[in-house]
Amino acid sequence: MLEASGVSVRYGNRLALDNVNLTVRGGELVVVCGPNGAGKSTLLAALTGDARLVAGDVQLAGHSLSGQSPADLALGRAVLEQSPNLSVAFTVAELASLGLPQEISPADAAALTQDVLTRLDLHAFRHRPVPELSGGERHRVHLARVLVQLEAGRRLGRGHALFLDEPTASLDIAHQVTVMRQALHFARRGVGVFVVLHDLNLASAFADRIVLLSAGLIAADGSPSDVLTAAQLGQIYGISFTAEPGPMNRPRVIPDYHLRQEVADIAWRNERLSTGR
Amino acid sequence: MALLALATVTTILAELVLGPVAVPLGDVFSAVVGQADQATTAILVQIRLPRVLTGIAVGAALALGGAAMQGVLRNPLADPGLIGITGGASLGAVLVLVLGDVLFSGVPDVLRPYLLPLAAFLGAVFVTAFIFTLARRGGTLSVATLILAGVAVNAVAGAFIGAMTFISDDEQLRSLTFWSMGALGGANWTLVIICCAVVTLTSILMLRYARDLDLFQIGERAAFHAGLDVERAKLRLGLLTALSVGTVTAAAGPIGFIGLVAPHMARLILGPAHRLLLPGSALIGVVMVMSADLAIRLSVPPAEPPIGIATSLIGGPFFLWLLLTGLKRGRIGA
Repeated sequence: MLEASGVSVRYGNRLALDNVNLTVRGGELVVVCGPNGAGKSTLLAALTGDARLVAGDVQLAGHSLSGQSPADLALGRAVLEQSPNLSVAFTVAELASLGLPQEISPADAAALTQDVLTRLDLHAFRHRPVPELSGGERHRVHLARVLVQLEAGRRLGRGHALFLDEPTASLDIAHQVTVMRQALHFARRGVGVFVVLHDLNLASAFADRIVLLSAGLIAADGSPSDVLTAAQLGQIYGISFTAEPGPMNRPRVIPDYHLRQEVADIAWRNERLSTGR
Repeated sequence: MALLALATVTTILAELVLGPVAVPLGDVFSAVVGQADQATTAILVQIRLPRVLTGIAVGAALALGGAAMQGVLRNPLADPGLIGITGGASLGAVLVLVLGDVLFSGVPDVLRPYLLPLAAFLGAVFVTAFIFTLARRGGTLSVATLILAGVAVNAVAGAFIGAMTFISDDEQLRSLTFWSMGALGGANWTLVIICCAVVTLTSILMLRYARDLDLFQIGERAAFHAGLDVERAKLRLGLLTALSVGTVTAAAGPIGFIGLVAPHMARLILGPAHRLLLPGSALIGVVMVMSADLAIRLSVPPAEPPIGIATSLIGGPFFLWLLLTGLKRGRIGA
């Protein structure tokens, strides 16, 4: 479905991605994790046709991304940006239908938009100006816009892949689960879903496969229980972890904060302050 | 929208009817079918009609240019003046006004009247091309670079205009001052026709960019993800704006506030979707130019002071009022 072979991306003289090979099959939810600067967003940019490759090629449904027009790319894949924003007061329905391709008929477009808005609990808001909504609601409308684009692509026989770049970063835990459920919903209907996440436990709970990136290279690629091991995470993030076995072979990961020592330090300092010494 | 169209037609008719010599509406229709007396026909054809057509072109071009630039740059304060197009046009015009006799002494007298608008037009196109080339060097057209380049171009154009003003004689200074205040009455028929043809064409083309301009509002990266060829859309909208604004600045001088206020008003009345915003802006631009010209002509008959004074006088406070009420209702910004 989505196939990156030998992909390298360079920023100035820094190699942000170094000869990366990655396949995302249709129906699969792949989560990419890694420290800041590991190349997660660059990998996403390369896979969506948004980055200039110095080497390698990315193919979506058998067609190379290079040489496809932006409109063509938009039919094949939809992308939710890291911090989506809006400079004018579109209504919820206007923003949600913004990504509709021109090939889709107005009737189909309206039905599609209504369908997605209903699924994301936004239908009641459809005439409200987006800037009046809360941060979480606004984010959900942008998700709706991306899902409408993907559905429209599927309606036209395309819509192969969905990309979400840190889609949960600014959301409370309930909204995080909503977003990941939508991602899973599309994966189960044959879409290749590619999500960049910082939250290792969210990744563990929802991913079919986790890809760990480090310094522009793929450090690990496999099932959550294969990838999320204390040794592996410790090496990549530079702090120690405890990985506990979780339900359905999905581990729980707890960073070892050395809490006891820190709490002891604080208690000791407070005591000194209160006794005035 | 229907109300806007009605207001547009009304102000256009008022502009035809009212003036130092009032021409009743009936006479206007008689003139159309060729049955009015010679004096009336002369007033309409030689004075009022070119004025009205220039006004329509000016209003539509400035308003659409403003709407397009505000849309592309995602900046409610962006207008053709801001990115230097008007500055370039002014520089071209002032060069002709002051140095025309020296530089173009070989030009036959028949072509003399066209030098001023042609120079203004070339100045606008040159500046736009320069700014786009400059901003494109980095690969993508950065909004900040574009605006800052516009600021720089305006400063340089201002310096040259200042120098020209300094060396000009009394008569040149007078025409220079009047041109730079903007006036609809200065254009001859040839220029009016060129102006209308260019603005009609660019307006029709710009209306086709409604969806693209909507997409710009979620940011360039997101717009690209949603299928927009961002660089191509920017380049084309920039060129269309330069072409239309340069042409009308040539014909009527730099007229302020239309490109800024008309799209704002359209946004307040019709919302931010460009499918309505673009035609709405154009209509409001025409209404604004017509009303401003009427107001200033009727206030001191039979003198015809430059319209630029009126657009700034009416546009400034009105814009402020809209801004304040709009802010209260939360429709401006986001």
